[in-house]
This record gives sequence, C-alpha cells and structure tokens, in this order.
Amino acid sequence: MTLPAWIVALPLLAAALMTAVPRSRLLMVGSAAILTPALVAFLARTILRDGVLQMQLGGWQTPLGIQLRADGLSVAMLGITAVIMGVITLYAWAYFRDHESSRYFWVLWMFLWAALNALFLSADIFNLYVTLELLGLSAVALVALPQKAAALTAAMRYLLVSLSGSLSYLMGVALLYAANGTLNIEMLANTAQASPATSAAFAMIAGGLIMKSALLPLHFWLPPAHANAPAPVSAVLSALVVKASFYIMLRLWLTLFGALTSPSIAQILGVMAAMAVIWGSIQALLADRLKMMVAYSTVAQIGYLFLIFPLSQLAQGSQEALQGGMYFLFSHACAKAAVFLAAGTVIYACGHDRIDGLAGIVRQMPVSMFAFALAGTSLIGLPPSGGFIAKWLYLNAALRNGQWWWCALLLGGGLLATAYIFRFFSIAFSNREEIVSARPVPKMMEWPALGLAVCAISLGLVAPAVKKLLGVGGLF
Amino acid sequence: MAGWEVTFDNCLPLLILLTSLVPATVIFMLPEERVRWRTSLNIGGAVLKLGLIGVMIWGVRHEHVYETRLPLLQNIELVLSADAMSVMMTALSGLLWFLTTLYAIAYLETSPQSRSRFFGFFSLCVSSTVGIAMAGNLITFLMFYEMLTLSTYPLVVHRGTQESMQAGRIYIIYTFLGGAVFLLGVAWLKALLGSVEFTEGGLLAGNIKTHAGQLRIIFLLMIAGLGVKAALVPLHGWLPRAMVAPAPVSALLHAVAVVKAGAFGIVRVVYDVYGIETCNALGLLLPLSLAAAFTIVYGSVRALSQDELKKRLAFSTVSQVSYIALGAAIFGPIATIGGIVHLVHQGLMKITLFFCAGNFAETLGVHHISEMNGIGRRMPWTMTAFTIGALGMIGVPPLAGFISKWYLGIGALAAGKSWIIAVLVASSLLNAAYFLPVLYRGWFCEPAGSWPVESNSGRWETHWMLLAPPVATALLALMAGLLANSPYSPLEWARLIAAREYQP
Repeated sequence: MTLPAWIVALPLLAAALMTAVPRSRLLMVGSAAILTPALVAFLARTILRDGVLQMQLGGWQTPLGIQLRADGLSVAMLGITAVIMGVITLYAWAYFRDHESSRYFWVLWMFLWAALNALFLSADIFNLYVTLELLGLSAVALVALPQKAAALTAAMRYLLVSLSGSLSYLMGVALLYAANGTLNIEMLANTAQASPATSAAFAMIAGGLIMKSALLPLHFWLPPAHANAPAPVSAVLSALVVKASFYIMLRLWLTLFGALTSPSIAQILGVMAAMAVIWGSIQALLADRLKMMVAYSTVAQIGYLFLIFPLSQLAQGSQEALQGGMYFLFSHACAKAAVFLAAGTVIYACGHDRIDGLAGIVRQMPVSMFAFALAGTSLIGLPPSGGFIAKWLYLNAALRNGQWWWCALLLGGGLLATAYIFRFFSIAFSNREEIVSARPVPKMMEWPALGLAVCAISLGLVAPAVKKLLGVGGLF
Repeated sequence: MAGWEVTFDNCLPLLILLTSLVPATVIFMLPEERVRWRTSLNIGGAVLKLGLIGVMIWGVRHEHVYETRLPLLQNIELVLSADAMSVMMTALSGLLWFLTTLYAIAYLETSPQSRSRFFGFFSLCVSSTVGIAMAGNLITFLMFYEMLTLSTYPLVVHRGTQESMQAGRIYIIYTFLGGAVFLLGVAWLKALLGSVEFTEGGLLAGNIKTHAGQLRIIFLLMIAGLGVKAALVPLHGWLPRAMVAPAPVSALLHAVAVVKAGAFGIVRVVYDVYGIETCNALGLLLPLSLAAAFTIVYGSVRALSQDELKKRLAFSTVSQVSYIALGAAIFGPIATIGGIVHLVHQGLMKITLFFCAGNFAETLGVHHISEMNGIGRRMPWTMTAFTIGALGMIGVPPLAGFISKWYLGIGALAAGKSWIIAVLVASSLLNAAYFLPVLYRGWFCEPAGSWPVESNSGRWETHWMLLAPPVATALLALMAGLLANSPYSPLEWARLIAAREYQP
C-alpha cells in the first residue's frame, strides 16, 4: 500500500513540474488541490476499515529505513490540512492572479503542503525533525514573499526562531537516541525510562516545539510574521503551521513523555497556556490593525490547545480533554483561516486594515464580513460551532477531574474573545460619516472564507465521525 | 443514530425549525433589490411554519410524540421535541412572527439600511426562538439561547447610529456575561448528573440529599444567567437601552424572543430540570420569588417617570415578565398556571403596545407621551388596540392580563404567601398609574395642532400592513381573556402543563 507516500509526493511532483513547465501551472495547482484531498479521504476510509497503516520507504526495515505511519491522529491532521490548503488554494489563485511573485508562491505553497503531509505521517523522531525543518523554511520564504521591509524583518525573526526551535528539538532527539538506540516512536515508547537524560531530552524537545508553536512567553515572533505575510500565507501559518509543532508535542506526550515526566510539568504548561489566553486576548483587544488583532487572537487560542496537557492528566475526564483539544485544533484551523482570508480581502478592497478606518465595512463587503462573524462565533466558542464543542468538552473534563480553576479561564477567555471580536463589529456596523470606500472584490476571494467559516460552524455536527477516526490507533 | 428512523413525526420539529432557517439563509444571499423574492420567502416561511405548528398542536392533543434527535457527541444529543410547554411557546412565536413579518415589511419599506441583512437576521432570530421553545434538553436550549443573542445583535444595531451602537455594546456585555454563567451552570450540572434532558416533574428527585449544596449553587448560576435575558433586576440594564432598535425588533424582543427566552428558561429549569418539588425542598423558591417581586415593583416604579413611550413600555416589560418567574416561584399548581399562561398573555399584550408605539412614530413622528394629546382622533384603530393592550396589562377583566393576575393571586393564597397579594395589588396600581395617563391624553386631550412629522398614509390611518398586526394581536388578547375556558385557549394549555408537572 503506497498511499501515504503518494500523499507526500503529489504536491512535490506538482511543484517540480510547474517549475519545469511554467505554463502548466493552473493544471498542476488544480490537480494537486483536488487529488491530494481525494487521496486523504481514501486513506481515511482505508484506516477506518483496516486499522493503522504502516509502510517502509524503499523496503528497508524499521530501524534503518524511513517509515510512514498513518493512524487516526495522523489522518485527522492530514484531513484538516487537505480541507484548508484546498480552499485557500482557490483564494490564493485570485489573490496572486497578476502578481509577479506568484511564480515563487505556488512552488513554495506545494512544498509547504508536502512538508505538512510528511510531518503528519512520520513515524520516527528524526524524520519529524527533517519535516519540521522543511516546513519552517518554506513558511519563512512565504512570509518574505512581499519583499517589503516589515515582511522581511518579520521573516528574518521568524527564521531565527524557527532554526533555534528545530535545533533545540534536534538536541533532544540526540539525547533520546543516545539513551535508547532507536528513533522510532513506538520503540522508544517501549524502551525509554524515566531518567535525567529523558528529562533533559523532554526539556529540549518541548522547548523547541513550544517556541515553534508560539506559546507564551515564546510567542513574540508570531504577531509580526502572521500579520505581515500575504493573506493566504497568514491563514495557513495560523491555521496549520503552528499546529504542526503542537501535533509533535501531543504525539510524543501521549506515547512517551506523559508517563515519564512529573505531574507538575503538565500544570506548568497549563499556567503558560493561561497566560497566553489572557495576554493574547488583551493584545488583540488593543491592536489597531485588523490582521494584528487576528494574529494576537492566534496567540490566545494556542493557549487553549496546550490546556490539553493538564486536563488530560487524570484518567477521569481525560477522554473529554483529548477530544476537546483536537476540536480546538480543528475549529481554530478553519475559523482562523477564514478570518485571515476575510481580513486579506478587506486589505485588498480598502488598501489598509486600520480598524478605526473600517466604519460601515459590513455594508460594503457583506459576504466577507459574514464569514468573519461566523468564524468569530467559533473563536469565541459559541454554539453550535466547533469552538463551542471544544469548550464544552474542556469544561466537562475540568469539572470531572476536579480542576475547576480552568473553568474560570475558559469562560473568561471566551468573554475576552467576545470583547475583541465585537469591538471590531461595533465599528464595522456603525454608520458614521467617514464610511470606508472599497473597490470590488473577486468572488473567488469572498466565498472561500465563507466556506471555511461554515466548516468551523458545522464541525459541531460531524463530531461522531471525527471521534471514530481519531480512535484508530488507540491514542484517543 | 441507533433507533432513530426518519418518519414525519420524527422530522416535524426539525421541519418547523427549517421553515425559518432556510429562508434566513436564502435571504442573506439575495441581492438588495429583490424585494418580491424576499417578501415571498418571508411570508411563505411564516405561513408554512404556522401550518406545521397547527399539525403539531393537533398531534400533541392526540398523543403523538414528535421528537428529532441528532447525535452531537457521545451522550450529548441535539433534541427537538414537542411537549405541552414547548408547543405553547412554539405556537406563540410562530403566530407573532407571522404578524411581525408583515409589520416589518411595511415598516422598513423606506429604510436606507440593508433589508437583506435585516430580514436574514430576523428569520434567524425566530429560528432561535423556535429552537429554544422546542429544545428537549439543556444543551440544545443553550445552543439556541446563544444563537439568539448573536442573531439579535445586528438587529439592535441595525440603524448604525451612535446611540444604537452603544445599546448594542451594552446588550452584548450583559448577555454574554449571562451566557457564560449559564454555560458554567449547565456544564456543572451535566458533570454531576450525566443527563440534562427536560423531564416533566424534574429529573433531580434522587440527588437532593447527596449534592444539596452544589445543586443550590448551580441553580443560582443558571437563574443568574437566564435572569439577564429575563431582565430580573439588577440584571435588566440592557433592556431599556435596547429599545432604540426598530419597532418590529423591539416588539419581537419584548414579546417572544429575548426576554421571553429568559423567562421560559427559568420556567424550564424550575419545572423540568429541578422539578418544582425539589426546588421547594432545597429552599430555592423563596429567593426567586423575592427577586421576581422586587423586579415587578421596581420596573413599574421606573416606568412612571419615562416620557419616551418606548422606554415606558420597556420598563413595563421588566416588570411584567417577572410575573412569569413569580408564578414559577410559588409552590402550587394554581400559581403555576398563572405564571405559564402569562408567557402567552404578556406576549400578546406587549407586542400590541409596541406595534402601536411604532405606528405613532412612523405615521406621525410621535415618540413621547407628551406629544400624544388627541392622537386617538387621528388614529382611532391604533389607539383602540393600544387601549386594549394597556388595560390588559393593568389587569382589567375580562382581558388576558386579568386571568394571569387572578391565577397568580389565588395561587399565592393557596400556597400561604399572602404577601404576594400585596405585590400584585401594588403592581396593578402602578400599572394603572403609568398607563391611564397615556390613554387619557390619547382620547380626551385636545390635539396640539400639527403632528411632529406626518406622513401620507392613503386610505387608512396608516399603511394597512402596519395597522392589521396590532389590531389582530389586540383581538387575540381580548379573546384569550373572554374565551379563557374554551378548548385550545392559552389557559387551557397552561392547565394541561400544570397537571403534568404536578403528577407524582
């Protein structure tokens, strides 16, 4: 079964072919954007039927060769990636239509997609490092694409953070390898013991990954990078790229480190998460540019993701916590991508994104603003959105395992999100004299955002299927 | 979906929801100038909904079970079902939505703001109200309750003026704080009990002893959360400001949507989650009745000093809606009947009053009571409808308001709470004190000569689509009182509900 390999290879092939034959770009982009999701859907069907799927690249056996492994968690991540990359591709086609940088954009874009797919399918910690590095490099290049001072500065900073994060992770990998003689995650799970070396490895790995996921206080690089990138890039950075390093952290925690580290570690992660929620929301509330606001909202929402560690600590309620965390991941991915796309459309139409200068924008761009509002509902965590389901599961987990103090954070965070979303809307709806003037926007930029926002809202309705998929492989 | 098959009975609640949800979605997509399409969708949806509700009323009478269940998460389902209580709320909102839609179409004919947006959110708002009415468990209720908040915000700020933006901000702050507190209560109860289905007679009976303390705190959280929308003092601050919304919105907000959703939620929590006997045993009814009684008197006192007509009506709502909570807070079937029937009666009367206030403002530019001298001669039909509504609020027999107050009073006596009689009397006197002067001015004072802004209205005293709805609702308020004992009257349904809640 070579399906996983094809999922990685397809975007790479498309990138290679369109570099060789520039005129085939539309064909290549189109077929990658259609075929990759189709393959992922097929893979999902396969693992639902047959269970976890493993394959050895080139036929070498596990300790030597490169192994790809598709369990429920991997395929769920591949799935959300396929949905979001597919929809943003539509948007990006309109966005970059007459841009001279579009040539580089599409190659990098496919490269990024391949890196994400490879990362989610990697079965050993060194391959994870390689894919993480590839992902970081393509993301940095995409941020630098506008070639303006602000974007280049942000990209430079992002590059440094990304490299030092990967380096820290790599040192952790080296320590684990020295102690256990293997890189395969499953084998590590069997052999690794609680020891100073393991603790040091965990510290290195977690430090690197936290930096890449932008958990407070290592979030400083994210707002400028996400706010200054082109809209489709911002969307994918916030929706997927920061989630990739979180995914590694979660997988290693569930298979390896969760049992080997002291319980207080999870609580420390929880405290950092709480600070992220509060600080990120406050900064979003104070931001004067729309994209800055959205970027700080990502800082806040990353905090919710890391609450998964303290909440899943006790057996009682850990089911709910794990599912809640994954729901946060999925719904935030859809909602944040939608919001960034809508914000990009605003910039395209008005030439700026100063919040104060956007009075009456609701009348000018109803579709994009409707998308913004729907996605905002999910970011706040209001029913029936996926964000609500996530929050509900977390609340239940917290109440069931007696960590009620996280309830205060969840509810307070929701109120802060309400504050920053509605601060924007109270200007967007208002009828003041200096109403913003907007140029017409291609439909292909308005509808993808709405589509993603509708995904975020209706995620709540497909919960049973998602749960079944996540269950494959026994982590959930 | 084990055990759930698609039959008409299983889909009916969902269909009723979709009759406004589908038009809402389509209306959002329609371009602004497609007036005819939009109007047909609005009215078509409303008529279809009324028809389906008719089928449901008939069916519930004949012991059909209507229930839609969609799985959401493990052991959480989205449940829409038709018990006696939900049928009553659904029928009320279906009927009043139809009339308000007619009214709104005429009212917004000349509005410069987007009407697609208005009617889209308007339909969404009604969908949420119907969802609240038919919710079969607390989680479903919570979902539609929050959806209601969201869909009313654009309506409140529809005009986009400084004042309405300010009102919208305050509305959001109050309702989302309330929503968060309510969510905590629901999640806590769910973690404690594992099930939060609405059950006639309550689902708590077995847990009183073990968890009394927690249950009291949860009750407080839930009532505080719901009390924001039900405008229990001191959580009422948003309501008088929100009346800057266009008249049809205020009418809907005060009669069936937001305020009523809060009151309905309190009724559900008391009767179908905790159970009235459990509430009594936990000693929760006295604080609730005190809060309700205070709100009743406070709202009336504040209404006295308002010169702006809509503001006076708003404070009157604060007061009147708490009759429902009061009915729920007295232990005994008679008071229960009084409280529940007031859900319908207050809706009919208050929507009449708001329609009339809108007509005065729209036709003559009259916003203040001091400008209303002799308005009855210019607009006799509207003023007659207003009079019926106002007299009903005061509780003059044989109008609808009298029936509610009568049952509440007798119920209070039967439960040995004679202090409530004093509250009812004081409130009725205050009602008279703030409504009678308006009636006096309207009918008996000499007109001032010219009206602030008079618009030409053709054959009738105002546009017929503005006139018909208040006349219809006034007639209904009259009939609800006159024909209180006939089958299918609100009182008869309330009796049915009370009988089921007190069954052992």
